[in-house]
Amino acid sequence: MIRIEPRDAPPRALRWGLPPLAALAALALAAIPLWLAGADVTRAYGLMAQGVFGSAFAVSEMLTRATPLILTGLAAAVAFRARLWNIGAEGQPYPGALAGSLAMAAPTVMKARLGVDEVVTTLLLNFVIILFVQMMLEGPFKDPMGMGWPQSEPMVEAAMLPRLFDRMRVHAGLLIGLAAALAAHVALSRTTWGFRVRAVGENPAAARHAGISVGRTLLGVGAVSGALAGLAGVGEVAGLKGYLTADLSPGFGYAGIVVAMLAGLSPLGVVAAALFVASVFVGADSMSRALGVSSYLADLIVALSLICVLAGGFLARYRVRMG
Amino acid sequence: MDLLSILLTDSFWAASLRIATPLIFGVLGALVCERAGVLNLGIEGIFVAGSLAGWLAVWLGASLWGGVAAAALTGAGFGLLHAALTVPLGLSQHVSGLAVTLLASSSAYFTYRTVLPDVAAPPRIEPFRPLDLGPFADIPFLGPVLGQQTALTWAALAMVALVWWVLNRTALGLALRAVGDNPDAVDAQGLSVHGLRIGAVVAGSALMAVGGAFLTMSAFDAFFIGMVNGRGWICIALVIFASWRPGKALLGALLFGAFEAFQVRAQTQAGAVLPSQIFLMAPYVLSIVALTLAARGADYPRALLKPWFKGRR
Repeated sequence: MIRIEPRDAPPRALRWGLPPLAALAALALAAIPLWLAGADVTRAYGLMAQGVFGSAFAVSEMLTRATPLILTGLAAAVAFRARLWNIGAEGQPYPGALAGSLAMAAPTVMKARLGVDEVVTTLLLNFVIILFVQMMLEGPFKDPMGMGWPQSEPMVEAAMLPRLFDRMRVHAGLLIGLAAALAAHVALSRTTWGFRVRAVGENPAAARHAGISVGRTLLGVGAVSGALAGLAGVGEVAGLKGYLTADLSPGFGYAGIVVAMLAGLSPLGVVAAALFVASVFVGADSMSRALGVSSYLADLIVALSLICVLAGGFLARYRVRMG
Repeated sequence: MDLLSILLTDSFWAASLRIATPLIFGVLGALVCERAGVLNLGIEGIFVAGSLAGWLAVWLGASLWGGVAAAALTGAGFGLLHAALTVPLGLSQHVSGLAVTLLASSSAYFTYRTVLPDVAAPPRIEPFRPLDLGPFADIPFLGPVLGQQTALTWAALAMVALVWWVLNRTALGLALRAVGDNPDAVDAQGLSVHGLRIGAVVAGSALMAVGGAFLTMSAFDAFFIGMVNGRGWICIALVIFASWRPGKALLGALLFGAFEAFQVRAQTQAGAVLPSQIFLMAPYVLSIVALTLAARGADYPRALLKPWFKGRR
């Protein structure tokens, strides 16, 4: 007979050690698909590491990739703290920060007032937003000089975020991400707003009893979360591409959820988790070019790390006893 | 006036039923999971994995029904993972479901790219053919509409009846419904709450995967990356719209199929006036609207999203 007992408090070492362990476990598990694909497994890992840390340029690419992930990760972390399941960070980057937060307002109001499940509405809105952007890019926003490509007119040089180093793509959006993480950390742990958010997330009935307006708190969280996801989009357009296309977010929203969970919903942890996920993407991309293994391996590793951190989180909170 | 005449064509109704078929499987699968108290957001990825598994099995030499079985087994496997994380471990059903979606779709894409690394156009299989209705094919309207459907569409319709019968007319169904409403009562009866929930999630996930397989083995004859395109999420919305009833689930899926079939046809007629994205957006917007209307009086399974542990309330 196996018994499962809750622990009073998760041991500190487990709480801090869990995410890196889960990340390592996911990397180790990736050996199975690599082996099945017929690749030289040790060489593949070596190439992955080289692809991320092999040169200053590689590190810059990794940081560039981490920039939107920090922001979508924060978007998920802040919302999940209040148990507002915003799964819309795939679409919300498109309209930018202000509109991103508006795009999150509708599902939040629908949840708070009408009891409509926000998971489904945010998931469905992703498609609506991306199609809307496509429509705008083929219509009013279309660049007349774009050779027929559905992309917006390029931004003026002065409005672009500056690059941090010469000949590297990493841009000031990274600093915005870091500042946002710090701000989210302070807001959640040091302000009454953060206290209300955590209270609503942990026990909405008790929060309501204590005089906290659950609906208004959720609306605020939704707006902040949508704005963070929107900032991710602003960074990609103003820091990297210079114009808007409809393929701005190759899975940044979903990866942001993994980042938030790896971080244990802690805003500062989000930065570390985003660096890990970005390393996986950049490393696997470079490895796949060298070995001819599909770069979907990166998505597989990211999904595995989410599963590992979920299962590991259980071990941190419960004790499994035999007998 | 042209737009309304679309409704009178056989091909419109045949297309509606065809588009509805994967949704029928998906909604039924999600409904079985949720009736037992487990939300399964793995559906989107399970659709992808099912569509690949079925098609790949046939391409590798299995029979068509062998492909359906391969899809169902794949779905059951991912369902088992979701059940393991959410039922005995009691983890967040939202997050676990998304994890399963990410894992199932990325493993399907990775497998596809590994088996077929350099093909521009995926190889085609010989898909399910429309079922011959014999003498019934001559019935006006119904003959041509039903005569275009494959065995999987008929299987979907049969599955609606089967799920309804199991849920409402058998002891197993009673226990399944109870486990989603009042697990303590089920436990008091000496039945295993965890066993029932795991079974429901595994069976529901197998159904979802067959819905995915319909896309590559009946609606189409090949697998494409991104072909599922939110159908799973739409099923999750449709379950709420159907207030967790198989009959209403069928109705919802058919309405949705009819709407899709209509917008494709309306687009070719009115396409010059409106941008195509308006039409492509419509199903998602429609789902959100339907959800808002249905959510008011929604009779959620009372223990939905709530993990259950023996001896703890």
